[in-house]
Amino acid sequence: MSEPLLEVRDLAKHFPLTRGLLKSTLVGHVKAVDGISFGVQAGETFAIVGESGCGKTTLANLILGLLPPTGGEILLHGRLISQLSAAEFMAYRRSVAAVFQDPYGALNPRMRVGDIVAEPLEIHGYARARRQPRVREVLRSVGLPDGSERRFPHEFSGGQKQRIGIARALALEPQLIVLDEPVSSLDVSIRSQILNLLKDLQQELGISYLLISHDLATVEHMSDWIGVMYLGKLVEVGRAKEVCRQPKHPYTATLVAAATPPGQMAPWEMPIVGEVPTLLETPSGCGFHPRCPYAMPVCKRVTPSLVAVEDHRRVACHLYPDVIHQIRLTPLTSPSSPGGR
Amino acid sequence: MVQMPNDSRQALLDVRDLRTYFYMRRGVVKAVNGVSFQVRPGETLGLVGESGSGKTITCLSILRLLPRGARIVGGHIRFQGQDLTLASDSAMETMRGKQIGMVLQNAMAALDPVFTIGTQVGEPLVVHEKLTWKTALRRVVDLLTMVKIVSPELRIHNYPHELSGGMRQRAASAAAIGCRPALLIADEPTTALDVTTQRQYLDLLTELQRATGMAIIFVTHDISLVGNMCDRLAVFYGGLVVEYGAKEQVLTHPSHPYTEALLQSVPKLGETRDRLRSIRGDPPDLGRLPGGCPFHPRCDMALEVCRTGEPPPAFELADGRRTRCWLREPDHVGAIAGSTRPR
Repeated sequence: MSEPLLEVRDLAKHFPLTRGLLKSTLVGHVKAVDGISFGVQAGETFAIVGESGCGKTTLANLILGLLPPTGGEILLHGRLISQLSAAEFMAYRRSVAAVFQDPYGALNPRMRVGDIVAEPLEIHGYARARRQPRVREVLRSVGLPDGSERRFPHEFSGGQKQRIGIARALALEPQLIVLDEPVSSLDVSIRSQILNLLKDLQQELGISYLLISHDLATVEHMSDWIGVMYLGKLVEVGRAKEVCRQPKHPYTATLVAAATPPGQMAPWEMPIVGEVPTLLETPSGCGFHPRCPYAMPVCKRVTPSLVAVEDHRRVACHLYPDVIHQIRLTPLTSPSSPGGR
Repeated sequence: MVQMPNDSRQALLDVRDLRTYFYMRRGVVKAVNGVSFQVRPGETLGLVGESGSGKTITCLSILRLLPRGARIVGGHIRFQGQDLTLASDSAMETMRGKQIGMVLQNAMAALDPVFTIGTQVGEPLVVHEKLTWKTALRRVVDLLTMVKIVSPELRIHNYPHELSGGMRQRAASAAAIGCRPALLIADEPTTALDVTTQRQYLDLLTELQRATGMAIIFVTHDISLVGNMCDRLAVFYGGLVVEYGAKEQVLTHPSHPYTEALLQSVPKLGETRDRLRSIRGDPPDLGRLPGGCPFHPRCDMALEVCRTGEPPPAFELADGRRTRCWLREPDHVGAIAGSTRPR
């Protein structure tokens, strides 16, 4: 495999937990991102899938440079971003753009659309004369009508607002766009417009996407690679289609089973047990063991590391490589097992 | 088993040509504009639609819990033989929570933060069934067991914030089914839940239905996942039911262009498609509905007749479906497809 465009090595973000008002004492850490490694190839889409509270948005913020990491490294074109000079870091920011979940909150209601899209150009030193043609060009490329730049965000529908957000991300010709749940706040009938637009732009411009989502079906459709995240860690990484069709980690199998319509058979029928624990009280060993029907004594004690189990597939589970051959991948109990902690 | 949808003899709930309008300063908003459907005992009807399509206002009309400015201006809602549009307020009060239960999208908002779970799940039993609190709390423990809450004797002393999201939604459901309602209205009950918790909750609802025999009206925007667990579907668009029929037919052979486009625009797990079908434009604003069929500006097959006048009437197809689309006029088998004129 060639050198990835963006590489993340053992990245971690731990938030300190303190108690007390006047004299605050450290009582622990919330490990929102806890030792994550993956690479995004040029022109490809890498997706991070996980449920709320698994740390996927913190991961996005780390990659966007909005939060300093506690540990680990981010590399763009093989260069450590922690060692960049201020000017070089500005260049990094130019290469990595973002589209956020809520297009209503992401656009300043007092600014005209043209100024919203021109703002990153202004910050990065585009001459005034070059800004307007670029603004019109990107607005056209996301399918907004001419003259949109003179209007305000409230004059646009939800789907169009998200197009403005995409136009702003495109303005500086980035190499990577972080898409944090780009369609989940949109109406169902508009989502496919935005997903198709993102795919078209990728083909046209050769940009990479880091897609963050909880919706496995959308992720499978959009991505080349999937990383499944649970409690701050990647538990499975692989080719999108293969991960969805043949999940290897029991948690991935749970996600696939949950996204398979009732009455249809999931590739690996998994009983869905319990709920995602909060990051405040993560279980010992493998974070998934209290919900896992295949849990063994070792899972309680030892955190499994992400290891390659076949080409293009890494899984963090003690079942691999030996135990998996001894169990039949069939439901162990009825699909609706008791919930709760 | 497919029955004719307009066979109302055994219907538990029969909604006929319901019209609920909002009277606002900027004009009349026709949120529900002639909606008809039936729910038989023990079956699940899915109301599928996007935000602002009128599905929630339809449910609130059934419960007569409409916000200020909204009025039922036409149609009938027959529930167990009684017309709810004509029922007195006190009759509705005994109906809500007893014969008709309701589960809302956000369980945290549905539960009162200052009362314990035991108090909130037990209250309908004390109010409607005149139980003493002592017996009510014993029933609450049984109900919490039914919704699979672990160690219910301890949980009845907890406050809502001490429960996880999924547990809260299950506790709210326990409160809704406490008096064994004949009908449960669930308005997007899984939207605020996590993916895996959502599926557990759907399976739980199916199980509760089997145990109690109640009918369920399931309001959802998720036609592929949630739609699959309903017996019948009513697809809402612009305040109208544009397609109504058995789940199998609606999902596999949609007869309305909107249903068809919607199904093809949603990515499904395990299928290979390079591009999704996209529906151009945006969902309509109910205050500024286009003339004719509300979907015509976004429809690839719109005819001249679709663009003006009244919305198309409900044409009845041979398989019992009703579809509000002029393209289905040649397939119409019924006698009369329901008036489209407001009363």
